[in-house]
Amino acid sequence: MESLTLKVGSLLVAAFLAFVAAAFAVDTGFAIHMWIVVAAALIATFVIANKTDFAALARFGAVRPDQSRYDDDPVRWGVIATIFWGMAGFLAGLYIALQLTFPALNLNFEYTTFGRLRPLHTSAVIFAFGGNALIATSFYIVQRTCRARLAFPGLARFVFWGYQLFIVLAATGYLLGITQSKEYAEPEWYVDLWLTIVWVAYAAVFIGTIAKRKEPHIYVANWFFLAFIITIAMLHIVNNLAVPVSIFGSKSYPAFAGVQDALTQWWYGHNAVGFFLTAGFLAMMYYFVPKQAERPVYSYRLSIIHFWSLIFLYIWAGPHHLHYTALPDWAQTLGMVFSVMLWMPSWGGMINGLMTLNGAWDKIRTDPIIRMMVMALAFYGMSTFEGPMMSIRAVNSLSHYTDWTIGHVHSGALGWNGMITFAAIYFLVPRLWARERLYSLRMVNWHFWLSTVGIVLYAASMWVAGIMQGLMWREYGADGYLVYAFSEVTSAMHPMYLIRAAGGALYLAGAAIMVYNVWQTIAGKTRDEKAMTDTPHDPEKDRPIVASTTVPAE
Amino acid sequence: MTYEAFRQFADSWGLLFMVILWASFVLWVFRPGSKQHHDDAANMIFDESENDG
Repeated sequence: MESLTLKVGSLLVAAFLAFVAAAFAVDTGFAIHMWIVVAAALIATFVIANKTDFAALARFGAVRPDQSRYDDDPVRWGVIATIFWGMAGFLAGLYIALQLTFPALNLNFEYTTFGRLRPLHTSAVIFAFGGNALIATSFYIVQRTCRARLAFPGLARFVFWGYQLFIVLAATGYLLGITQSKEYAEPEWYVDLWLTIVWVAYAAVFIGTIAKRKEPHIYVANWFFLAFIITIAMLHIVNNLAVPVSIFGSKSYPAFAGVQDALTQWWYGHNAVGFFLTAGFLAMMYYFVPKQAERPVYSYRLSIIHFWSLIFLYIWAGPHHLHYTALPDWAQTLGMVFSVMLWMPSWGGMINGLMTLNGAWDKIRTDPIIRMMVMALAFYGMSTFEGPMMSIRAVNSLSHYTDWTIGHVHSGALGWNGMITFAAIYFLVPRLWARERLYSLRMVNWHFWLSTVGIVLYAASMWVAGIMQGLMWREYGADGYLVYAFSEVTSAMHPMYLIRAAGGALYLAGAAIMVYNVWQTIAGKTRDEKAMTDTPHDPEKDRPIVASTTVPAE
Repeated sequence: MTYEAFRQFADSWGLLFMVILWASFVLWVFRPGSKQHHDDAANMIFDESENDG
């Protein structure tokens, strides 16, 4: 009863404070955000008060959760949130790809310009789709590998809903024009503070569960998750140090200026890739690939070397985003050298994942989920080769600021992060909802092929567009003037932009099939379909050889 | 501490410290008798008798 009073009480205080902030707001965007907070706090109060069984509470007191069962409610919500935000993010991505192809789609309306929708897309796919996938899978994996129920169940629910509030505030902020203009760190100071609170709670739940584990060894997937949680906390806090202009306004100024600010931003930005999109998803890989293949990871030793090498090298790679800038040369070289060295542990990890299938390669033919995992690892390998190459200063002088970078990011994001997340979702849904199997394996196969062809169209068109763009920019004529105008470069890329949008449409179509498949699985249906493979048998040929010329005697 | 001194400390003693730390983590993985431990750890996720779906 005390905990209920505390929860409802603090929610009502939060609603009141947000109401006051909305009343004193110095800009409209901040006022709208505070009204969203008021609404969220009141809805949470209503839901908590409404679902509480007061009679049981009065008679028996608070019910203690059954420690012999895993706490999978937040995981189930997380899977649904992953799919929901994924669809929103993919759709936004397709729309902005079409905006680049057909600028009329900006609709001449400030809220729908490319500049506002682009951070909406990147945050939706990285932080909403990827973040929910990481929270859900980390809660699932840490319980199974520690053989312990999730610590702090109330806090775990707060993490899930608090993170959704962060996403809503960030996304609506971009549309309203609220941004601190730091790539992948666009949300303003008060949203950053909220995420810090949620993230500390997340760390508490995760570390608390490890602390109460029944299994002496901490499985390697949890090492990766822990590195991801701790490093993201550090990066987020340092890069978002800022001074708000008013505590009732959305605008703030960063604590750093000039090249220091740029370096802090790309130390953050590249490690968001390294620890959010790599370490966290590698944790998924080190659990789900062995589980789906029903074989232990190829080399547990290699997985630990992979871990330490990644941790020690990644954190220094950020300066490669600032080649040929005011950043000191030695720092640029440092970023480049560490990026090139990163190639080795990345490929060690890829080989470790792929070789887990050693002796079970036939599963690629029969199991479309394994097929997705293998494709995810292949794209992990490709993008971690391409990245170090692009970080070399000479290559970067051609590739930087061109669409080659966009192609590189998407081969990693669509290929590695997307594919491994889809595979994890297909692994989790039948288990979480206690279904015998997925609604349809053939639909998983369709999803696989649509995504793969989509990524190939995307990456190939952006390679062509980016390299062409870079070469046209640097083309000097005999008289020493630049040969091409910006408009000529843009119009030359138009066909490639069309192909890219087509690739995005295929990727979205694949994800739509997943939505239907997961929906039907949760509804408890199974599709009557032909098996993915059948071993052919011809009874006519299933006979011994007899010599045809001699007729056996009677 | 000046910027120059700080940078020189970082790319000499700092670098050496990090390399030694990393190398000792990696060598620790190959300590004698660790093979069984790693095999057990790798197979732990399949131990059905321990209530793992």
